[in-house]
Amino acid sequence: MNAILSLSELAPEVSTGRLHIDRVSIELGSGADRFTALDDVSVNIAPGEFVCLLGPSGCGKSTLLGALAGHLTPSRGQLRLDGAPIGGPDPQRGLVFQHHTLFPWLSVRDNVAYGLRMRGVGRAERHAQAMTWLKEVGLEGFEHHYPGALSGGMQQRVEIARVLINQPRVLLMDEPFGALDALTRLKMQELLLALWTKRRMTVVFVTHDIDEALFMADRILVMSARPGRVIEEIVVPAGRPRSAEWLTGTSFIEHKRHCLALLRDPGVTVPLARLSPIPPAGDDQDATSCSD
Amino acid sequence: MTAPGQQSVARRALPLLSLIVCVLLWHVASSRHLHLGLVTFQNVPQPLEVVHAAWDLFQSPKLQNHLGASLGRVASGFLVAAALGVGLGLAIGRFRWVRETLMPPLEVARPIPAVAWIPLSILMFPSSEGSMIFITFVGALFPILLNTIHGVHGVDPRLIASARSLGTRRWAIFARVILPAAAPSVLTGLSIGMGTCWFCLVTAEMISGQYGIGYYTWESYTVQNYANIIVGMLLIGLLGMGSSALLHRAGQALMPWYRPGGRP
Repeated sequence: MNAILSLSELAPEVSTGRLHIDRVSIELGSGADRFTALDDVSVNIAPGEFVCLLGPSGCGKSTLLGALAGHLTPSRGQLRLDGAPIGGPDPQRGLVFQHHTLFPWLSVRDNVAYGLRMRGVGRAERHAQAMTWLKEVGLEGFEHHYPGALSGGMQQRVEIARVLINQPRVLLMDEPFGALDALTRLKMQELLLALWTKRRMTVVFVTHDIDEALFMADRILVMSARPGRVIEEIVVPAGRPRSAEWLTGTSFIEHKRHCLALLRDPGVTVPLARLSPIPPAGDDQDATSCSD
Repeated sequence: MTAPGQQSVARRALPLLSLIVCVLLWHVASSRHLHLGLVTFQNVPQPLEVVHAAWDLFQSPKLQNHLGASLGRVASGFLVAAALGVGLGLAIGRFRWVRETLMPPLEVARPIPAVAWIPLSILMFPSSEGSMIFITFVGALFPILLNTIHGVHGVDPRLIASARSLGTRRWAIFARVILPAAAPSVLTGLSIGMGTCWFCLVTAEMISGQYGIGYYTWESYTVQNYANIIVGMLLIGLLGMGSSALLHRAGQALMPWYRPGGRP
């Protein structure tokens, strides 16, 4: 926590990373299976803001994230980043999944340096920057390992470094710590907050964990399932860095109780299938189908 | 009660012992001209005769011709099949329109055994060399093609999504993500293809060759030089083993991150 405190003083002001989600609806599936995954959602997110999308499975939070990443096209409405319409994937909008998507055939260093390579940065410069980022996420000394040799938490650290090396304006995270054990998750949450504090960028963080949302977010958008809608917006009334005091205080408990009540609403039906925010393999054109 | 050291010696000796027993059984059966009703060893040459025949072949300049001819054919047929099979497999696996255009004729051609192509290929290729290479090509093509398609379908769509989010352009996805991700499956296809390559080559050579190990084996039968048949068979086995080992080595060198049987 001390590290976060000292870093927060360095927090730079940012002016980029403003997201406009303007009356966006997304339909997934085809034929008789077609359904509305996201229904008329409008949200504005300020530069440098940390927003959590909180909701049960199938509420469209991953769908919204997939659309922000540019992997899904809205059926209606518009998504804009700093005024420009979002029309496809871009390193400006980094995406992190629950399970890592590191390339198993590249070493940890080459995975982190991948984005630079795609931009044509020279080898020496790539490697130097990758090493800086590996140090930043606490993985110095693992640069020559293959991802398969790392633990789940370490893999997610590499994944985060690989996305942040592109200096994205927006970081999109789809339950990034959902598959980690409790202690590792806590460490990763602190690491992410430290990174975010140091190089302020907009974060959109999908989770179904109320504690995680209340610990991480400036603002929580609570969503309901089928059709996916934002049913409530909660501004988290806690300063930063967040301390154990906040996590155990009465305000935290009240907010948690409130969120639980929202998520437990009997009108909220839990769908059978989990939705994937990206199209299935092989069918490049068919960007709106869904499967898991 | 055996000490651990003894146990490992026994374990190492076992494969050798098993080979020795096989050769001994062969020796007994062939030297006594065993006649077992269904099968007879009356005309089967003895191991020692085979060793002599092998020694003669190794002394003779013909060996180089036979080996060179066979290896050249397998190499050409296999390389063309690998290039075409992997290339087509990537396109068919990735693009629906390519799949819908190319799969129907390929599905019709696939169940036809390569050996069944021999008569037609003799008619179609002016040189017998061309027809033999074509047969090995046909034999290797389908295992390579199908395994490549399978590998492309198995690529985690999240990997592709991540690569695109990291700035990979549409065509670079092939080289950067799809090919390496499908590589283990492609290697499986290449190994199977290499096996069928030898099988088809030997068959083709028996029918229309002038040189080559398959031709040598068949010619030995027609001139009743029975020991040479077995020399030819063993040579084919050795060449097949060698090419498989080569592929395996190449696979390990190109995919140090991949361990078959375990998660990478």
